[in-house]
Amino acid sequence: MPVLKCPVCGNPVEVPDDAMPGELIEHDCGVVLEVYRDSNGNLALRPFEGVQEDWGE
Amino acid sequence: MVRVFFLYDVLRLDEKMILERLRGLVEVEPIHVSSSILEIGGYAEADIALQRSISFYRAMSSTAAVESWGVRVINSSLALALAEDKAWSLSVLYRNKIPVPRTLLAYSIESAVEASRKLGYPVVMKPVMGSWGRLAALASDEEAARAIAEHREMLGSMYRVHYVQEYIDKPGRDIRAMCIGDEVPAAIYRVSEHWITNTARGGRAEPARVDPILEDLVLRSCHALGVEIGGVDVVEDPERGYLVLEVNAVPEYKNIARVTGVDVAGLIARYVVEQARK
Repeated sequence: MPVLKCPVCGNPVEVPDDAMPGELIEHDCGVVLEVYRDSNGNLALRPFEGVQEDWGE
Repeated sequence: MVRVFFLYDVLRLDEKMILERLRGLVEVEPIHVSSSILEIGGYAEADIALQRSISFYRAMSSTAAVESWGVRVINSSLALALAEDKAWSLSVLYRNKIPVPRTLLAYSIESAVEASRKLGYPVVMKPVMGSWGRLAALASDEEAARAIAEHREMLGSMYRVHYVQEYIDKPGRDIRAMCIGDEVPAAIYRVSEHWITNTARGGRAEPARVDPILEDLVLRSCHALGVEIGGVDVVEDPERGYLVLEVNAVPEYKNIARVTGVDVAGLIARYVVEQARK
């Protein structure tokens, strides 16, 4: 299981082996993180943007 | 082998379930829209694409981009745009003889108040775009209608179209019905003491029976808007019967699947594959 760094608290975050960009991970520090691919094509984490005004069902 | 593009931004349970079912049937290429570059007129080979982005603007523009590659997308960009705009979609539904609540559009604070007075209080005031009951407000009198309209005027041009709708005295619930192609495989009641019954706002989901009238209305609504996979919101008026509120073109369905036991993800996946093979 890859371990990435939480961009908010800096602590390690375990990411499932089959994680895909767009997947959400709740971290112990209370932040919801979104998996994405950085410019090198590696999986990385960023704070989830939260519900936006054009979101819907 | 059939190849499907799966367009998404946030990978919710709804998306994961469809992806899993699709992967059991065909080759799938997931496209994470929010970290992609999509060229208008670019090229990538697929038999069909399924749009599952939660953000309307991402869904709409990425669908348009993929359509420019010559790949059919479910739902189409036109269907997405039409369904997203409540005024536009209600107009099309009405023209297709689908019963809808009486709705007035107004473009200033004074005319929004006048529209509310014409309908008779209470009235529902909603933004023309948006979901999950966000910013939908119930105005019980002129003072409330004016306050809501004033607030909307401050929020930007999209909110300056005042969508004023009669309040339907529904029986503590409304209906969310799934449409997949020419079928309505499942529906739920969204039960709540609150007038906003969206499950995203705390409404409780219970299985609903799809009677022939409801089935016909749901299918005609989706067909009118060109929506192939949709979630149709319906209210029951004590005198007029079913009235269609809106059609959602990237519908969530996990609550429908959970309470009805219908494998909605599997049905969506099979529909997409069938369409790809046509």
